[in-house]
Amino acid sequence: MAVIDETDWTPPPPSLRRYLPTLRRLIGLLLLIVLTAMFLLPIVWMLMMSFQAGEKMFQLRTEWIPTVWHFENYPNALSRAPFAQYFLNSGIVSVVVMITNVVFCTLAGYGLAKFRFPGSSVLLLLILSTMMLPLEVTLVPTFLVVHKFDWINTYQGIVAPLLIDAFGIFLMRQSMISIPKDFIEAARIDGAGELRILLQIILPQCLPALSVLAIFSFRDSWDQFLWPLTVVSVDELRTFPLGLVQFGEDYGNPPTEQMVIAVLATIPVFLLFAILQRSVNKGFGLSGLK
Amino acid sequence: MADVLLRNVVKRYGAYQAVHGINLEIPDTKFVALVGPSGCGKTTTLRMIAGLEDVSAGEIRIGGRVVNDVAPKNRDIAMVFQSYALYPHMTVFQNMSFGLRMRGMSKADIRKSVEDAARVLDIYDLLGRRPKELSGGQKQRAAMGRAMVRNPKVFLFDEPLSNLDAKLRVQMRTEIKRVHQQVKTTTIYVTHDQIEAMTLADYVVVMNRGRIEQVGTPHELYHAPKTRFVAGFMGSPAMNFISCTIERNASALSIRLIDGAVFPVPESRLQRYEPLAGKSLIFGLRPEHITEARSSDRENYSEFDTMLDVVEPMGTEAMVFFRLGDTVVSGRVDTGVSVPEAGAKIRLAANMTHMHLIDPETDQVL
Repeated sequence: MAVIDETDWTPPPPSLRRYLPTLRRLIGLLLLIVLTAMFLLPIVWMLMMSFQAGEKMFQLRTEWIPTVWHFENYPNALSRAPFAQYFLNSGIVSVVVMITNVVFCTLAGYGLAKFRFPGSSVLLLLILSTMMLPLEVTLVPTFLVVHKFDWINTYQGIVAPLLIDAFGIFLMRQSMISIPKDFIEAARIDGAGELRILLQIILPQCLPALSVLAIFSFRDSWDQFLWPLTVVSVDELRTFPLGLVQFGEDYGNPPTEQMVIAVLATIPVFLLFAILQRSVNKGFGLSGLK
Repeated sequence: MADVLLRNVVKRYGAYQAVHGINLEIPDTKFVALVGPSGCGKTTTLRMIAGLEDVSAGEIRIGGRVVNDVAPKNRDIAMVFQSYALYPHMTVFQNMSFGLRMRGMSKADIRKSVEDAARVLDIYDLLGRRPKELSGGQKQRAAMGRAMVRNPKVFLFDEPLSNLDAKLRVQMRTEIKRVHQQVKTTTIYVTHDQIEAMTLADYVVVMNRGRIEQVGTPHELYHAPKTRFVAGFMGSPAMNFISCTIERNASALSIRLIDGAVFPVPESRLQRYEPLAGKSLIFGLRPEHITEARSSDRENYSEFDTMLDVVEPMGTEAMVFFRLGDTVVSGRVDTGVSVPEAGAKIRLAANMTHMHLIDPETDQVL
């Protein structure tokens, strides 16, 4: 046996295989750009239409950049209905639903992830099975329950069925199940109680999932239409989506002003997403949703 | 500091019994290692002492107090986990101080305790870092620091070095021993590595299938094992076991191995093995007691010729493997002059004063 002299060795010529990762990356990037454009297009259209003159909306050739910017569409639209009240109603409902979902789903998820008790698997299946039922199926029974409580045309009536969500429980459970039990045991030996373990040891490790849960529950209740429509019949309790539909149905309202209301409706969700964006991105990855 | 007493401790998981009524007394200030193969019940026993597992039957006492129904936080113990279990969102300082904060200690006292422990463990400069910014050895020290600052009655270690590379493991082993010599807290250390157990512990408890096989000092376990399991488990490479029969010839006894080789029983063992004459037994001898034939000390050595199957050079020594019948036997030879080669014929010598005889039916060392 002998040691090989390195000067005798010449590297093989570069092959196509060397460029494959870059090529793959480029194709992926191109695909993402196309998809982003597809998703952004309706939003950009909505935004631009909100600054157009009323008749321009139904033109066959879309005028993407308005020749005349109609900023007055905004105050005009807001003056036609009590949108501030609708906005406040939606805000109250969405914030309450977001907070209760975060609290209850976290507690339920922790219980299902870290405690073994008889029937825990069946319980999880039962919870998950509620996701199979669309709102239309449960609408009437839920209405009857809320009616029994005499909560029709009340905030609690709008909020009650949305307080806890099976998806949220599943999301939190999946996030917590991956946390090693050693942390919990170490904290127990350190002298922490169960609530402190959840709040100070487990939750800080679940922030991405928690952010996803917060934004999903806020968005879902902010966009909620069918249930508020069923349970609310007075104008003072109308939520933003109900107001938007009402606005569209009222004769004589310019369609571009509908776009104004639609633009305003997206702002809170955009803001929440912007605040929680970093955590949310991580959370999408965690939950396999991305 | 406190002693730990286990009396008829049993652990059942449904129909499966993991620990079968073990009795153990761990004296105050001593370092005791629970050692055994995977699934032998050593970690379960440790977790029962910690209060992380319920005791199915029996009694555990720490410092004279029965702790069967006492919550882990009230047992005055501290545990170092195999995974270190350092809270990832907290700095080393926050990790080490968490237990003290739970006990309502003042901020000034917490700072002093943490900084003192950090100095002992040489992690003072790392107090502001998070666990992901630490190397394996630094994490290990931080985990030990978290246990140390609590100043508990008993330290529990659950295979704390198994995630480290070989070099760091040896380093940390010394570190753990140094810390124990400094703080003198009763320590129970679980490991599957018998070398770790032997080097660290005052007493070693060998467990197998949920039972204690033997308790003793590392020296006792190595040189006077009571069962075949202990004889085979302690020591690396493992002890050689060869089927044999005891033969009486005139006033002496000799051991006939399966391949027909006959070795005389040393005089010091004659009386002990006299009643075993004619029986089929298992002959046990550690590899270091099978060496190259030397001119000196022929009295205690029985020489034999063999052909080497495999040779593993290890620097100053080489492990040699050869066959006796169907049994592969290992020996350890000096490589001072030359390294023997596989396939070579060699004259080896067995130091019979270190021999063991094992009853194949009971697996007890006779």
